[in-house]
Amino acid sequence: MSSRRSRSRQSASSGISDDQIIELVSRLQQLLPELRHRRSDKVSASKVLQETCNYIRSLHREVDDLSERLSELLATSDTAQAAIIRNLLM
Amino acid sequence: MDSYASFRESDPDTSLESGRKKRRKIEAESQSSEYGRTDVKWRSESAQRIYSVKLVEALQRASQSAAPATSRSTGGRTVRDLANRVLAMAARGRTRWSRAILASRLRLRRLRKVRKPSGSCSRPRKPLPAPSEDRKRRLPAVEKRVKVLSRLVPGCKGIPVTNLLEEAGDYIAALEMQVRAMTALTELLSGSHSDRLGSSTPSPA
Repeated sequence: MSSRRSRSRQSASSGISDDQIIELVSRLQQLLPELRHRRSDKVSASKVLQETCNYIRSLHREVDDLSERLSELLATSDTAQAAIIRNLLM
Repeated sequence: MDSYASFRESDPDTSLESGRKKRRKIEAESQSSEYGRTDVKWRSESAQRIYSVKLVEALQRASQSAAPATSRSTGGRTVRDLANRVLAMAARGRTRWSRAILASRLRLRRLRKVRKPSGSCSRPRKPLPAPSEDRKRRLPAVEKRVKVLSRLVPGCKGIPVTNLLEEAGDYIAALEMQVRAMTALTELLSGSHSDRLGSSTPSPA
């Protein structure tokens, strides 16, 4: 953790280098399912950021939908079933 | 446990050596890339299993603590907030977004009790830098996207871009694990639920 802090302090004083940002953007690109297989020099940073925002939004939507389904399923089933599931997961 | 102890006693040199080697390897891996490590952390099966277990426990507690008379004790929003909180706890306080999720609930409670005006912020907003610099990252399009991204990742409003990108990467990996775990959980519940409805016997052996 301390190495991370000193690194950020150095970057703040010298100004964040473009290379650093490019590297982080390319790393982010690797996480995105749509842009993962495209070459990093063919995808602009703006596109990566846009896809990142869209992806996070879609993930949020999925979590919301899954939460709704889970709450419905939990309402109909009883706690004993949840205990069975816990044993299955262990 | 006994077998492990006897193994250590029988071959003290090799076990010590292997232990040292393992420790050095783990340290080297952690030092090489902290970013990569967070990725691996969210992708592992054990992490997903642990999260699923903790989520089920939390859901059980929530449905039990709510009045058993009400049919809809845990609504969708409750489940989502719970899932986010368990996810944030899995991050072990190492990321900004996880700390923000855990802190926001306390802040909401305090606001509801004291009824503070909604305009006050806990952290003073940093003034936006004047767009006079001529660097690549000062393009208005990129700036706009960075601002939108900072709004999507919890707790990342006024932080520098490098930190924001790191947080976003970790947040995405964590969200993906959350989706995988919750999907598996719903499949499990809906599968056993339909079994119960379909079969004539009350419960499986």
